[in-house]
Amino acid sequence: MTLANPADAPRPASGLAATLRHAHYVISDNPVTGLAFGMFLILVVSALIGPFVVPYDPLASNTAMALSPPSTAHWFGTDQLGRDIFSRVIVATGLDMGIAICSVALVFAAGGIAGIASGFFGGWTDRIIGRISDTIMAFPLFVLAMGIVAALGNTVTNIVIATAIINFPLYVRVARSEAAIRRQAGFVQAARLTGNGEWRILLTQILPNIMPIMMVQMSLTMGYAILNAAGLSFIGLGVRPPTPEWGIMVAEGATYIISGEWWIALFPGLALMFAVFCFNLLGDGLRDIVDPQRRT
Amino acid sequence: MLKLIGSRLATAVPSLIGVVIVTFLLTRVLPGDTAAYFAGPAATPQAIAEIRTKLGLDKPLPAQFLDYVTALAKGDLGSSLSTGQPVATEIRNRLPASAELTLAGLILALLIAIPYGIAAAVKQGTWVDHSCRILTTAGVSLPVFFTGLLLVYVFYFKLGWAPAPLGRLDAFASPPPEVTGFYLIDSLIAGDFETFRASAAQLVIPAVTLAIFALAPIARMTRASMLAVLSSEFVRTARAAGLTPYKVIIVYAFRNAMLPVITTLGMVFSFLLGANVLVEKVFAWPGIGSYAVEALITSDFAPVQGFVLAMAVLYIVLNLLIDIAYGVIDPRARSEA
Amino acid sequence: MHGVIDPAIAGALAPAEAPHGPLLSVRDLTVEFSTRKGIVQAVKNVDLTVAKGETVGIVGESGSGKSVTSYTVMRILDRAGRIAEGSIVFSGLDLAYAPERQMRDLRGREMSMIFQNPRAALNPIRKVGHQIGDVLLHHLQAQPSNVKEKVIDILNQVRIARPEERYHAYPFELSGGMCQRIVIALALACRPQLMIADEPTTGLDVTTQKAVMDLVTELTRARGMSTILITHDLGLAATYCDTVMVMEKGRVVETAPAERIFRDPQHPYTRKLMRATPRPGITLRDLLPEGEAPAAPAEGAAVRAAEGAGTPLLKVENLVKEYPRQGAPVAMLAALFGKAPPKEDGIFRAVDGLSFEVKKGESVGLVGESGCGKSTTSTIVMRLIDASSGKITFDGADIGAIPAKEFAHHPIRKRIQMVFQDPTESLNPRYTASRAIADPLLRMAGMSGGAKLRAKVEELAAMVGLPGDLLDRFPHQLSGGQKARVGIARAIALNPDLVILDEPTAALDVSVQAVVLNLLEELKQTLGMSYLFVSHDLHVVKLLCDRVIVMRHGRMVEEGASDQVLEAPKDAYTRELIAAIPHPPV
Repeated sequence: MTLANPADAPRPASGLAATLRHAHYVISDNPVTGLAFGMFLILVVSALIGPFVVPYDPLASNTAMALSPPSTAHWFGTDQLGRDIFSRVIVATGLDMGIAICSVALVFAAGGIAGIASGFFGGWTDRIIGRISDTIMAFPLFVLAMGIVAALGNTVTNIVIATAIINFPLYVRVARSEAAIRRQAGFVQAARLTGNGEWRILLTQILPNIMPIMMVQMSLTMGYAILNAAGLSFIGLGVRPPTPEWGIMVAEGATYIISGEWWIALFPGLALMFAVFCFNLLGDGLRDIVDPQRRT
Repeated sequence: MLKLIGSRLATAVPSLIGVVIVTFLLTRVLPGDTAAYFAGPAATPQAIAEIRTKLGLDKPLPAQFLDYVTALAKGDLGSSLSTGQPVATEIRNRLPASAELTLAGLILALLIAIPYGIAAAVKQGTWVDHSCRILTTAGVSLPVFFTGLLLVYVFYFKLGWAPAPLGRLDAFASPPPEVTGFYLIDSLIAGDFETFRASAAQLVIPAVTLAIFALAPIARMTRASMLAVLSSEFVRTARAAGLTPYKVIIVYAFRNAMLPVITTLGMVFSFLLGANVLVEKVFAWPGIGSYAVEALITSDFAPVQGFVLAMAVLYIVLNLLIDIAYGVIDPRARSEA
Repeated sequence: MHGVIDPAIAGALAPAEAPHGPLLSVRDLTVEFSTRKGIVQAVKNVDLTVAKGETVGIVGESGSGKSVTSYTVMRILDRAGRIAEGSIVFSGLDLAYAPERQMRDLRGREMSMIFQNPRAALNPIRKVGHQIGDVLLHHLQAQPSNVKEKVIDILNQVRIARPEERYHAYPFELSGGMCQRIVIALALACRPQLMIADEPTTGLDVTTQKAVMDLVTELTRARGMSTILITHDLGLAATYCDTVMVMEKGRVVETAPAERIFRDPQHPYTRKLMRATPRPGITLRDLLPEGEAPAAPAEGAAVRAAEGAGTPLLKVENLVKEYPRQGAPVAMLAALFGKAPPKEDGIFRAVDGLSFEVKKGESVGLVGESGCGKSTTSTIVMRLIDASSGKITFDGADIGAIPAKEFAHHPIRKRIQMVFQDPTESLNPRYTASRAIADPLLRMAGMSGGAKLRAKVEELAAMVGLPGDLLDRFPHQLSGGQKARVGIARAIALNPDLVILDEPTAALDVSVQAVVLNLLEELKQTLGMSYLFVSHDLHVVKLLCDRVIVMRHGRMVEEGASDQVLEAPKDAYTRELIAAIPHPPV
């Protein structure tokens, strides 16, 4: 259907207003997306303000209170050293989100550019970038992340790098296919005719049209990045105790689960789920906004 | 068909080469003293120097690579520092445990996810569909190690239905005589139903943990591709020709819808093999994942390297099988070969 | 019953025998769709009667409800659609409220359907023979023991050569025309009484279209079947239908016998549609509704037209474009390993030694079916890709020698511009209309925003008849015709000498096409440009062009003045091409 009925075509509005209205439509049509935005706000608030308002020092141990179940004094109970789990869960938000955001930003820049160049220029650029991402894809991704952190050294920075590397092929693939579709599109050819060089076309014609789908990809991989980082610290890589971090806290609670002290692992685990669920919902919601056709 | 297998094998070769290069680079080129990694944190300078010579790290890089590849060709992955055992032997002994767990999880996931995804697509907009959408989004958000712990708490501690999460068999039982290495199969071959029951009991919770994790992406893709196929023109043609819904859904829609699902399985395997490591740690499962985790804690690099390589090779083989399965269903893939 | 059709019956396209009362009778049908914007009535109070043996054409532009009507008759509307009121009586059965089980029994056996885009209409991973067999078995027209035999028999009837072999073929192994024959075989397999053909030949070349339509007519007449032909092409309806029903915005505006609706159209919309359909012996003006002549050229126009008219502007000599054939990498590998180097067979010549000329102020049409090399030629002339060999001279300069990559910055760039085939796809979705038109001015005319630029953009918009208040809209907020105008404004912004028109109206409805063609002619007069018009439709080309070049397999088969080529074609292929174009009998 290339010819819209003129009767329903006119929808005069600036781009921003139209996008906002569409966003409003999507949220009211799909309250789940609204919920996701709410969850996102909670995460942001606890990451930014949490450390200043939590009731206890997340590192202060109190052996007298060790392993006490949730109570009014300790909402989420205390761990084996008597530390307040609620305070630790809130404070950990910043670190977990920080790792995920840094790695996603890194891979967005590297993978996005590599993918667009690969799809747009084709040829050797495409072959080399394709070979690199195929090689990464030949590993089970979490296993490769383990190998990288083990080899590079056991630090938070390396967790960020490893998470970025394993997400690289996903970004390349999305950016590449979106760029390749548009490489010979009429409007790109038209831009060539009006004297735009290839790089200029890449930046002014291709990139802005790919951004929305890349944003969706970012949101979807945020959840995966959080899971991955937490998984690595669960097996003892990256973040070290006593730093509050959800993965480690679950690992610490694992020992006590079989003796019935469920709260140590439960609350950080739920926080982890909450964050990942939020980004997955958000990603689906964003996809509905930028690309109503691809709704599933 | 043979042509297809041949051409897919040919595409697996570059991946294999890439994997070998990367595992080599991980140890040799990265900043830091490789010998120190291999020697472990407590090594003296002499010990490090000794290891450097022993590993040939004083040679130029291409020579080192050649040594590495030659050793690999002989099946030599080096030795563990802490146990002194050859890594290759250890991995070979532990692989069946991991494979049994992963396969059980995958089969369970497929059995649930595919019918569920189909039902959701066919009954689009009903409660089946909505529950599918919610569960798949929730499913991909579950940290697998956390699901495992929750299940242990509920089924072992609270209900007492499951045995303690400590390996493939409880301490008092003895493993069945080894044929395949899969306890479930070996115990049946030996006719030892007691061991079969015991190992099945140990396997259920970890396998369910993995299945929950793998279920979401499969169900999601099944639903999405079924929906796409059901609204396609050839399904409309089949309906316009009066074929029954059963014939339309199974013969026309389902087989076409399986193609993207099979492709997704590659991704699912990648996730599963990774998740396997975490699940093995939670359930003290004596597979190659927990072997690698133990080695990581003691900074024993050779087992980790061997593990990464073994997993990558396994993954390449699985992808090969996926490609071949794809070719069996899709004549277009066959003709490209 | 089965077997080869008597050629005497097949050959004679005799009028159908007298109808014996209606086979299908649709009364007062209204169909609603629930959409985001609420309930939309796609079809409003439609009446339709199809007699036994009759062929009824439903004609309308996009969004007229013609397809929805037929889907409703088959009861294969998607979930969002439902019958709001009305009755559909087929052979005495009311289908509007018939249970699904009964419908399933009727579909395929009593009524069947063929769709647009034949390749997509077939299951891509099932052998075509099995797909036909499924229908036969389902409707108990064959037993598992004899199904193959019956399928091959049907394949024979739709003129598929080597049917035993094709029985085992997958759709991707067959050509578009062949796939459509399979779809027809599928629809006719159970000898239904009614066949609905929904745009059955859209996307096929005219010669293939003619072969497919002749086959459908022949088979349905031989079996005394009724047919509903849904099309946007009045010419097609005129050639193949007994009765024509014209729809607009979900309503029937006129129903009449085919020859009368063209001779004496009653409704204004029918008249407009009629006039807009290109046909022999008319001029561009005749396409527009009566009394709606295009605006007179602005004063001071036609100044440039006089300058140097008749001298050569573009000269193409011996143009060749070669592509490696599919599977060529294997050959290259073989060459690497010292095997016999592949010569000719590894290479496909899309353009094979083409020479032609475009004079100043002249319009030249480049015509041919898909794959003839016309688009490759225009892309090379446009300097977007490089030729393998040959010479391209533009106003004395050898532009073929400048690599396509560098041409973007060459001064001649702005003298050669293009109007693209798909108006939607040729506009950046994130640019407003005014930004799109301004792009060439910013890049190549040294303008840098501000009031002067805006004034120039508004002037261009006025020239192409685009209302100024639409300039700040994004492409998705414009209609197809409006988008086409934006594309044209962009192409003429730099006052080019040569504009390449690549099927500029192929994606448009005929009434919009009429307006756009007139606009192009008018602009040519005003600005004194030359056109190279690439198209598959000789009638359309003739209206706009002084000279026509007919291409096939990358070569020129005929060249001459438009009237001459159309009226007295010298080449056999040109004759075949002209004969294949259906047109109203006026």
